Amino acid sequence: MAETRIVTKRLRDHPDDSWTIDRYLQTGGYEALRKALTMTPEQIGEEQVKASGLRGRGGAGFGTGQKWSFLPKDVYPRYLAVNADEGEPSTFKDHMLVERDPHQLIEGVVISAFAIECHQAFIYLRGEFALGAERMERALAEAAERGFIGKNILGSGFDLDVVLHRGAGAYIAGDETGLLSSLEGERAMPRIKPPFPAVQGLFAKPTVVNNVETLSTIPYIIERGGEWYASLGVGKSTGTRVFSVSGHVERPGNYEVELGTSFRELIEGLAGGVPGGRQLKFFIPGGASSPWLVPEHLDAPTDMDYVQNELKSMLGSGAIMVFDQTTNPVQVAWRIAKFFAHESCGKCTPCREGSTWMEKVLYRMANGMGRPDDLDLLLDFGDNIVPGLNAPFAQTTICALGPSTMSPVVSLDRYFRDEVLQMIGAPAASAVEST
Amino acid sequence: MAFSDDNRRKAQALIARYPVAKSAILPLLHLAQEQDGWVSPAAMEEIAELLELAPAQVLGVCSFYTMFKREPVGRFVVSVCTNVSCLVNRGPELLEALDARYLDDDEVFVEEVECLAACDLAPVLQVNYEFHGPVTPESAETIIEEYRRGTRVARSVSGTLITSSDRER
Ligand SMILES: Cc1cc2nc3c(=O)[nH]c(=O)nc-3n(C[C@H](O)[C@H](O)[C@H](O)COP(=O)(O)O)c2cc1C
Ligand code: SF4
Ligand code: FES
Repeated sequence: MAETRIVTKRLRDHPDDSWTIDRYLQTGGYEALRKALTMTPEQIGEEQVKASGLRGRGGAGFGTGQKWSFLPKDVYPRYLAVNADEGEPSTFKDHMLVERDPHQLIEGVVISAFAIECHQAFIYLRGEFALGAERMERALAEAAERGFIGKNILGSGFDLDVVLHRGAGAYIAGDETGLLSSLEGERAMPRIKPPFPAVQGLFAKPTVVNNVETLSTIPYIIERGGEWYASLGVGKSTGTRVFSVSGHVERPGNYEVELGTSFRELIEGLAGGVPGGRQLKFFIPGGASSPWLVPEHLDAPTDMDYVQNELKSMLGSGAIMVFDQTTNPVQVAWRIAKFFAHESCGKCTPCREGSTWMEKVLYRMANGMGRPDDLDLLLDFGDNIVPGLNAPFAQTTICALGPSTMSPVVSLDRYFRDEVLQMIGAPAASAVEST
Repeated sequence: MAFSDDNRRKAQALIARYPVAKSAILPLLHLAQEQDGWVSPAAMEEIAELLELAPAQVLGVCSFYTMFKREPVGRFVVSVCTNVSCLVNRGPELLEALDARYLDDDEVFVEEVECLAACDLAPVLQVNYEFHGPVTPESAETIIEEYRRGTRVARSVSGTLITSSDRER
């Protein structure tokens, strides 16, 4: 099984200099921008991007063309914020795309800004990506020198200023409204929606927030057409995605495949499977926020809707974490809970308190101090964060971090309840009920 | 005055990049940390003055973000990831070993961090925001000591861009 490389093609073909302007131009770079500037914004957004079926690669999977069309008519200025804050545990695709193909992102940004009639874009780059910042800063300077950004781009009359903004270590700045707060000089605390950023975003102006991979795809949609892009993938999950595969696999790395490719092809095929002849125990299909899956799901397609509707999980950020038979699932759940407890911004009580308590209870469970009803206690916490848990979805928090804290707990309950109870020395479930 | 004259000019240029001055707060905090190796109260006061904010607002923002150090940390910040992909690849052992090794070392500050978005290199660490992985406790120590001896060129503790001449040294 081979990859279908679109956004990762250049960096794979030219590992030594894929980030330089010379290589970018030599491999057809900025041609899509030239083409886009001869089109109208409607032709780009409505006709091509909408037709491509492209859905956001940041986590929520919202239609990109649709998001752009939510901008209120005739309200200016408008802003474009690039979400390059990549912090979802086990996701490492944007890191690669920024470091190794910064011009591809810049070209996507300029085309998108032109399509949404915006003259000021910000690239919110995760603070820890020092080399990425260095390469992006240089790429922006090169692009400005050659007239791809700045005033009167390629003689079209279109102006765009792009500012690189480094974050400083806060996962929650990756949430789109947290990102906007951070960019405004505040703590990166999310804001309640509505109003959505498209209506009232940065400095209360209409703002589009898009992920690095999403925007890096735009030049190809312009170059080859939305219909071509829509012919790749499966159902409403069109095109390709860059999956970050890590954990217990032979060849951890980023693999770009058509959506719909099975988890098995990614984990066992491209990533080489679990090393040492050991067995797969479980995997997390879409970053730490997504509920876990088990070997019986290996043949499921990486189709966003299928994973959500049939498997009650999500493709999220496209990060697949693999765990072999030696893994203690409670320890993994604890480490993820610790992450959320650390990264909760503290604005909503259920998330702040719930994540902290979840970490404490999972810690004792993972360290031989668990109590018989701890798993049910955890589910009870969850009921205060996401009443009814799965459906109907009623969250009590401002952003999705709160509900995400429940994914490891729900997963333990779904697939490892017996093992967990046995581990903490609890009597069988029925015995607990009868006492 | 906390900023050097040169950095004050840089600060003004950074502020000018944004439609609203306050947006420059993270860039200015990075600049202060690059200059001094940490963010001092004096620097926060000057940033407040430059942005027409109360010093408490600057402290409030500064303390929210883990990269900003509000006390001196030495020349090297070693960030060790223990999140899940590193967890199952001996990240915690790496952290424990480096913690013990550099406990009394004023130049090397070891910290535990969340996923660094380089899980294909697990277990991963950064030295002043330069990635290294996969590493063992032994190879990590070798790398850190090479930075100390100057046989590897380190970034600032803010990970800030080094000049290309530094790079070529
Ligand atoms: C807690 C939290 C963290 C997030 N982190 C990221 C992130 O690091 N990168 C990202 O692109 N999107 C992240 N998102 C999703 C963004 O809110 C937003 O949906 C996305 O950037 C939109 O871009 P897209 O439509 O191109 O996917 C996060 C969301 C939440 C709730
Ligand atoms: S859900 Fe959690 S992270 Fe999100 S705004 Fe509320 S407290 Fe902050
Ligand atoms: S889990 Fe360690 S870098 Fe991602």
